[in-house]
Amino acid sequence: MTTPVLELRGVAYAYPGGHQALFGVDLHVHPGERVALLGPNGAGKTTLVLHLNGVLSPGHGTVAVSGLPVSDEHLLEIRRRVGIVFQDPDDQLFMPTVRDDVAFGPANLGLRGAELDARVVEALEAVGVADLADRAPHHLSFGQRRRVAIATVLAMRPQILVLDEPSSNLDPASRRELADILRTLDVTILMVTHDLPYAMELCERSVVLSEGTVVGDGPTREVLGDAALMARHRLELPVGFSI
Amino acid sequence: MGSGPGAHLHVEGTSRLHTVPAHAKLVGLLLFVLAVVSVPNEAALVLAALLAVAVAVLLSTRVAARHLLPRLAVETPFAVFAVVLPFVAVGPRVQLGPVSVSEAGLTAAVALLLKGTTGVVAAVAFAVTTRPRDLVRALQHLRVPDPLVLIASFMVRYVDVIGGQLRRMRVARASRGFDARSVRSWPVLAAGMGALFIRSYERGERVHLAMVSRGWSGRLPVTSPLAARPTEWLVVLGPALAAVAASVGARMVP
Repeated sequence: MTTPVLELRGVAYAYPGGHQALFGVDLHVHPGERVALLGPNGAGKTTLVLHLNGVLSPGHGTVAVSGLPVSDEHLLEIRRRVGIVFQDPDDQLFMPTVRDDVAFGPANLGLRGAELDARVVEALEAVGVADLADRAPHHLSFGQRRRVAIATVLAMRPQILVLDEPSSNLDPASRRELADILRTLDVTILMVTHDLPYAMELCERSVVLSEGTVVGDGPTREVLGDAALMARHRLELPVGFSI
Repeated sequence: MGSGPGAHLHVEGTSRLHTVPAHAKLVGLLLFVLAVVSVPNEAALVLAALLAVAVAVLLSTRVAARHLLPRLAVETPFAVFAVVLPFVAVGPRVQLGPVSVSEAGLTAAVALLLKGTTGVVAAVAFAVTTRPRDLVRALQHLRVPDPLVLIASFMVRYVDVIGGQLRRMRVARASRGFDARSVRSWPVLAAGMGALFIRSYERGERVHLAMVSRGWSGRLPVTSPLAARPTEWLVVLGPALAAVAASVGARMVP
């Protein structure tokens, strides 16, 4: 078996205030997989995501990315390997132009000059927005900003792309276009979402997180088809949608 | 709001001043303004000549007057102050047409008006020819500390986002019948500002998180260094050197 891209063993975490968010999470994601991380509000999904690139460190347990443990001495390499796309693109895009923003990550990795320019173009082309390079992020539509946000992370050539609610606030056409793009990307994806049809459409495997533990893990069709599991953890398919 | 400063000050163009690297322009502007301010107040003719230089520079940008005039309006409060000055200042009075005004006040008012206008005209010439992004790069190139460069850069980036929040809060208040007409509505407005501050602070935390996630280590990477050719330095330093010479000259020949 190949080395998993993500390997979490017994990850537990309590916030400094005392609120415990994670109670021993075990999770493996293998190269090439597209995995949906499902769960109700407050399940600990965001807390889990912040463990993947070392923003938070587990109180107990370990996190490894392609075999490299997430610890202070490898933080830069971990953050290159794990690309997190946050929910609000206005948080992700903070530089004056799209080009500068996409260059921010690779520049932090030490790339300069022609190599950096090529990386920026490559990332923007991957999400189909190469023509927006010199625009200011606040002049773009929401769908364009979401795509540029993904490009900012792709520019670091991550081994795994972690998307936090990628379909939120998108109109149906932008939502479908984004799905088309995500399918073409040659990268492992972990997608945190409430949008169950989107998970069904894009991810062959789903993991259900509830109250800080993994309560379901399997093929998306089976997980979403398990009515008892779904009801127990406040997950609902939209009205009229059937597996 | 929607028309935040910075985002819309720049006007696309192909003039010489548009193509000169921003750091050179910034140095030229700063020197020019400092030199103009150092000219003695009594040398009104020298100041008028320097105003003509600034106007010539502004015209050389070939930006249409309809773009320039609204940007020049920033000077209005200073102009009003300059007009009031001769009437309120003390000291010997002189007769100006039907009214009697303070002599020192009149000199100061003329100098204030000339210096202020020259400064604003020069600053507008810089602003209309420089993209916000290039201004940020220029500050970085001139070794302005990273935190200050970042604050300037984030202001350019987020002024519209925060303005949008402010507008939505105002609409939400109005939609529930709120009408700010008396002092009694101030607590509501203050609470709104407080909420906006908290939201902006939280956004700051999220932006920082996104930066850290992309390998931010506390230093702003220099991705495309700026370089100005000697001829470009000459273009921007020309007016500044003229102003320095004028200032020195005006002091030596009283």
